Amino acid sequence: MIKAILIFNNHGKPRLIRFYQYFAEDMQQQIIRETFHLVSKRDDNVCNFLEGGSLIGGSDYKLIYRHYATLYFVFCVDSSESELGILDLIQVFVETLDKCFENVCELDLIFHMDKVHYILQEVVMGGMVLETNMNEIVAQVELQNRMEKSEGGLSGAPARAVSAVKNMNLPEIPRNINIGDINIKVPSLSPF
Amino acid sequence: MALKIVKGSIDRMFDKNLQDLVRGIRNHKEDEAKYISTCIDEIKQELKQDNIAVKANAVCKLTYLQMLGYDVSWAAFNIVEVMSSSKFTYKRIGYLAASQCFHEGTDVIMLTTNQIRKDLSSPHQYDTGVALTGLSCFVTPDLARDLANDIMTLMSHTKPYIRKKAVLIMYKVFLKYPESLRPAFPRLKEKLEDPDPGVQSAAVNVICELARRNPKNYLSLAPLFFKLMTSSTNNWVLIKIIKLFGALTPLEPRLGKKMIEPLTNLIHSTSAMSLLYECVNTVIAVLISLSSGMPNHSASIQLCVQKLRILIEDSDQNLKYLGLLAMSKILKTHPKSVQSHKDLILQCLDDKDESIRLRALDLLYGMVSKKNLMEIVKKLMLHVDKAEGTTYRDELLTKIIDICSQSNYQYITNFEWYISILVELTRLEGTRHGHLIASQMLDVAIRVKAIRGFAVAQMATLLDNAHLLTGNTQRNGICEVLYAAAWICGEFSEHLEEPMQTLEAMLRPKVATLPGHIQAVYVQNAAKLFATVLRKHEGETDSQAAQETSQLLIDRLPLFVQSANLEVQERASCILQLVKYIQKLQQKNVEVAEEVTALFAGELNPVAPKAQKKVPIPEGLDLDAWINEPPSESESEDEKPKAVFTKEEHKHSRSRHTEVDEKELARRREARKQEQANNPFYIKASPSSQKVYDAPGVEHIPVVQIDLSVPLKVPGVPMSDQYLKLEEERRQKDKAERKKKEKKKKREKRGKGRKADSGPESEEDIRPAHQVDIVTEEMPENALPSDDDDKDPNDPHKALDIDLDNLLSGSSSRPLADSEKLPVRTHRPEVLKSPAEDRVHESIPQETKKRSGKEKKEKKKGKEKDRKRSKEEKKKKKHKEVEEELLESQPEEAVQSEETKEAAAPPTSAEEETAPSSAAAVDTSSAAALESEPDEPKDAEPEDTKSSKHKKKKQKKEKEEKEKKKKKRHHHHHHHSDAGGEDSVQNGTVEEEEPLPPMSNYSLLAENSYIKMMKEDADQVYDIQGNHQDESKVVVSVIFENKSDSFLKSMEFNVMDSLNSKLQRPEGAGPHDSLTVPFQLPPGVSNEARFVFSVQSIVMPQKLKGTLTFIVKSDESSTHEKLDFKLHFTCTSYLITTPCYSDAYAKLLESGDLKGSSLRLEGISMPFHHLLARICFHHHFSVVERIDSCASMYSRSIQGHHVCLLVKTSDQTVSIDAKCDEPSLLGNVLDEIKQTFSKC
Repeated sequence: MIKAILIFNNHGKPRLIRFYQYFAEDMQQQIIRETFHLVSKRDDNVCNFLEGGSLIGGSDYKLIYRHYATLYFVFCVDSSESELGILDLIQVFVETLDKCFENVCELDLIFHMDKVHYILQEVVMGGMVLETNMNEIVAQVELQNRMEKSEGGLSGAPARAVSAVKNMNLPEIPRNINIGDINIKVPSLSPF
Repeated sequence: MALKIVKGSIDRMFDKNLQDLVRGIRNHKEDEAKYISTCIDEIKQELKQDNIAVKANAVCKLTYLQMLGYDVSWAAFNIVEVMSSSKFTYKRIGYLAASQCFHEGTDVIMLTTNQIRKDLSSPHQYDTGVALTGLSCFVTPDLARDLANDIMTLMSHTKPYIRKKAVLIMYKVFLKYPESLRPAFPRLKEKLEDPDPGVQSAAVNVICELARRNPKNYLSLAPLFFKLMTSSTNNWVLIKIIKLFGALTPLEPRLGKKMIEPLTNLIHSTSAMSLLYECVNTVIAVLISLSSGMPNHSASIQLCVQKLRILIEDSDQNLKYLGLLAMSKILKTHPKSVQSHKDLILQCLDDKDESIRLRALDLLYGMVSKKNLMEIVKKLMLHVDKAEGTTYRDELLTKIIDICSQSNYQYITNFEWYISILVELTRLEGTRHGHLIASQMLDVAIRVKAIRGFAVAQMATLLDNAHLLTGNTQRNGICEVLYAAAWICGEFSEHLEEPMQTLEAMLRPKVATLPGHIQAVYVQNAAKLFATVLRKHEGETDSQAAQETSQLLIDRLPLFVQSANLEVQERASCILQLVKYIQKLQQKNVEVAEEVTALFAGELNPVAPKAQKKVPIPEGLDLDAWINEPPSESESEDEKPKAVFTKEEHKHSRSRHTEVDEKELARRREARKQEQANNPFYIKASPSSQKVYDAPGVEHIPVVQIDLSVPLKVPGVPMSDQYLKLEEERRQKDKAERKKKEKKKKREKRGKGRKADSGPESEEDIRPAHQVDIVTEEMPENALPSDDDDKDPNDPHKALDIDLDNLLSGSSSRPLADSEKLPVRTHRPEVLKSPAEDRVHESIPQETKKRSGKEKKEKKKGKEKDRKRSKEEKKKKKHKEVEEELLESQPEEAVQSEETKEAAAPPTSAEEETAPSSAAAVDTSSAAALESEPDEPKDAEPEDTKSSKHKKKKQKKEKEEKEKKKKKRHHHHHHHSDAGGEDSVQNGTVEEEEPLPPMSNYSLLAENSYIKMMKEDADQVYDIQGNHQDESKVVVSVIFENKSDSFLKSMEFNVMDSLNSKLQRPEGAGPHDSLTVPFQLPPGVSNEARFVFSVQSIVMPQKLKGTLTFIVKSDESSTHEKLDFKLHFTCTSYLITTPCYSDAYAKLLESGDLKGSSLRLEGISMPFHHLLARICFHHHFSVVERIDSCASMYSRSIQGHHVCLLVKTSDQTVSIDAKCDEPSLLGNVLDEIKQTFSKC
């Protein structure tokens, strides 16, 4: 089982955190700090396994990490995972990110944390490895993105040039929700 | 309306999205916290808006802030709202946020059950996928119980994408709801051979996780896994399987033997290092489990060690690390094979990589022998000096102590050396392990009697130089050793050469800066020393010196009497008074030394750690009984009277045995001596061992060697290295002597054959420097040391230790018991109750929040207890029933589904329920599990179901021959309903309020002698996204149950479409074509199918006529049969339970768009909360607010109509004022409510 996945940069700023066991927010931050502390002082040419995250897990757990340019990818796993396997998995994950973002860099992770999460969700689910085939992962992510696009995405609004309209006061229009007769239906966005 | 929307989206343009937020935070580096708090305020505003897009955007930003460490649990309800959006974009955001911040303590999780269920059965695979992913992160026991069946159905989904997710999440479900393991296991096993490699890998993953914790239950799967291992080419799967075998082999040696060959082949053939490494690991596990009896046993070990050596020598640090890791596993059973690589391992100690050094350290532990211990420890001590980081240094320190103290100091030949090592270790500044060194010193000094003299001398030096240890701060952990030093000097003061000097050192004013518990020991042991000094002086009749000593104590002790630490104060004042009294006696020239020494007479023996637990409880002592009346609740809440003391005690529990005052102690010692003398089981220290300390050569050791020029070293401490040299010399001498002897022997034995050789010394040749007597730890009589109490009772995996074998292997097995079936939603009263109740209680956030956490916990406990109890009861009942039926010479049959269904139905309806008898299914759900679902037409994919109920009884007349049995059954049913009632009485879920009667929403649709159709009234409504906005979909779940002894197949389901409602048929099918039910029914089996209807107008209830045709196939013949039924869609079935805020509710009512109507019900005697629960349950409402006997409720139709109810009750009269924007819908809903209550 994977207990946590942490991505942070060379300064310890978290870029993505994913705990598969509940920790309160302040504890999560402590774990990030501790992990960063452990990982950051290691040279690049030492091994990628670490024991001794005292906050998370204890002796059965290991930190397995990889360092890419400015980012650390750290997986906290227990003894049922193969160490070298997880290292490969990190590689698969990063390569997937690279494919999805086209030459991924830290900025992509900073501004699209949600998308990184969605990609991760196709790789690891609930602490267990879901898929290791990169093509399959990319295909699923893209299908979902396409679906999101067809719905107009989250920021469907056009350019934000219309600043003048902002303070315009539209008259309060009485609600008429029953439009069963007319042939349009309110998208079920607003409960009221 | 349209304008409103336009306005909404214009507003949205000015909201920050996630990117804006991130950019903003980056631009406000100086005042980040302030900027974020304004952002949170904005988010709060956005969450108040009606527009779900705005909310989703806000929730997305919150997810980001959560990562930065901000608590966002206050938005949990909004997250649920976003989760329940019908758009995938928003839903995904909602589930992501939920998976990041929901946990078992989150209240609103209770609200999500139905939403998740709806998403799980969505026709869009990604809705399902997103729900599964989210659920995997926050599944609770309640969710697991309620959704287990839905997820199990998804394991046979047509899409591999869903299947693999469903399979994986089952592991989480098992953890939270262990009862689901047995019923789900056959299907899980089936997935091991799924055509899709992803699904297969997921199933392997889950079973490996399960088997890792309880391997013995999965042994029967070994052949299957063996097949997979030899056929699979997926390295991921292979690694998992090989790891699994590693866990299985210790239980079944035969398996291990079989494994060796294919594993060795893999080791030779594979190019993947990860696979190679796991193979080696498993071979090691196999070899460990096979103690002997393998012909090529040593060859395999050799192969492993060789491969590992290659790994360790590799330049890749990762491989080096893993090689060492695996090596340490071999070490436990085959230390010899590893010891030959000692050079390599010692080399790794110098590696620049700390992880590798630590691993090498682990290996050292197993490589020491009497011969090389000193050498290895010397090397480690060098590392200690070099180590820069404190963590690594501390690790070294613990390792040194571990290595030396392992198996009762087995490898230590010279304890003086060990004491010196310990003393050298005290030079470490800032170590956390002061207490560890201290306990070692105490342990050695107490248990090795021969070493006491030496130890005391060393400790006295330590005390003398205490200022070097205490150094700068009190936090310095090393000062703990002073605790040991003081105690050893005091307790064994008879060995002190200069007791007076030590006494003086212990009473220095600087001591007052030490931590309290150490001071306390100082004071106590000063008294012991005092006794020794007195004795010495009186022996020499030097009364002057004796009186000076008393004066010293009287002068110095007041400092401790003023101590802030209570313990120090108490001891100091007690001893001070004692000394004053002694001084008086001394002035009268009375000899006191004898009496003072008597205070501390007697031996203190080490006590085994488990001794306390093993003391039998005397007869007549009830530890659970109150000695005094228990304090009242309120007091115990606020006051924690003993907290201060218990904490202290915990901190220095070692001092406990000295806390008792001296007289008491002396008395106890006396008593113990008496007891020991009379006790034949007491292991006495042999009297001869008292004076064994006469080893040669000790006198030559320069004990005091003051060298003040080196400040960091504790002066006067002998260097341990000297012992190394000494030891070598001694061994040389020994060897020479032995050789002489041998030569003699040889001379004598010449001609009788040569002795093997005398090459390197073997372990036995090394004799210890002094005779060592290790005192064994005390245990109460008859108690045996054991490890059985080490297991953690709270391990969640313990619950999963479930026997699965007989599920798998045929007839002689124990089939799934009825109580083990997965709760098919609404089949069980308790399952039903919870959603209904949850809605009553939890949808009123204010109310829930007020509840204290404690209450909740109790509630949970109660629930659990109840669940167990009810199960037991059911079993008993079942037993009875079976007996009765046997009397009637009927085949043994047990129909859980029947029972529960009927138990669930209100008693009044029990008579109407027809009871089929011969259709008894052994176990419906397991049967269903065995049957893989064939591909369903896309439209008929399981959609949503919902809890609701309205009774519809269209029931065919039963055949007369069944009448009798039916009566019988009714008898039982009453039993069950009663049981249900009892259960809920015991169930503590509803405080002060009466429990809810059980409710069910499956009703009989039609039945004949072959088949019975139960319709779930859910009619869950799915509001299709995208273009078909004018169309709503309704899903009807129908359970088909085979009552006959024949096989039913080719079932076809057809409904006459009306203008308004149409059965969804696959593309290309005509409007009158029937739908094939996607399964066949063996005798006694039931299964559920879901049918989708599209509905245009929902304001009127509708009836649809339908027919089910099927072929009955028995051994000799097959006939074509037909069953007619009528489907009834009520208006309430178009309502969806939707949570609603009270302010939004008020706004809605104020808007004035709603038309009113009202209803009065007379003669309703049920409690108000039952009434509400019924409305919630049967009519899909949720409670917005409840004040005494008045409640507001809300629901929404699939087409977005709002329905608001105000329910009031007084004296058996219930008045319901209702408002809705569609009057005819409202009228029908009210009629249906009236009907519901007229039935009870």
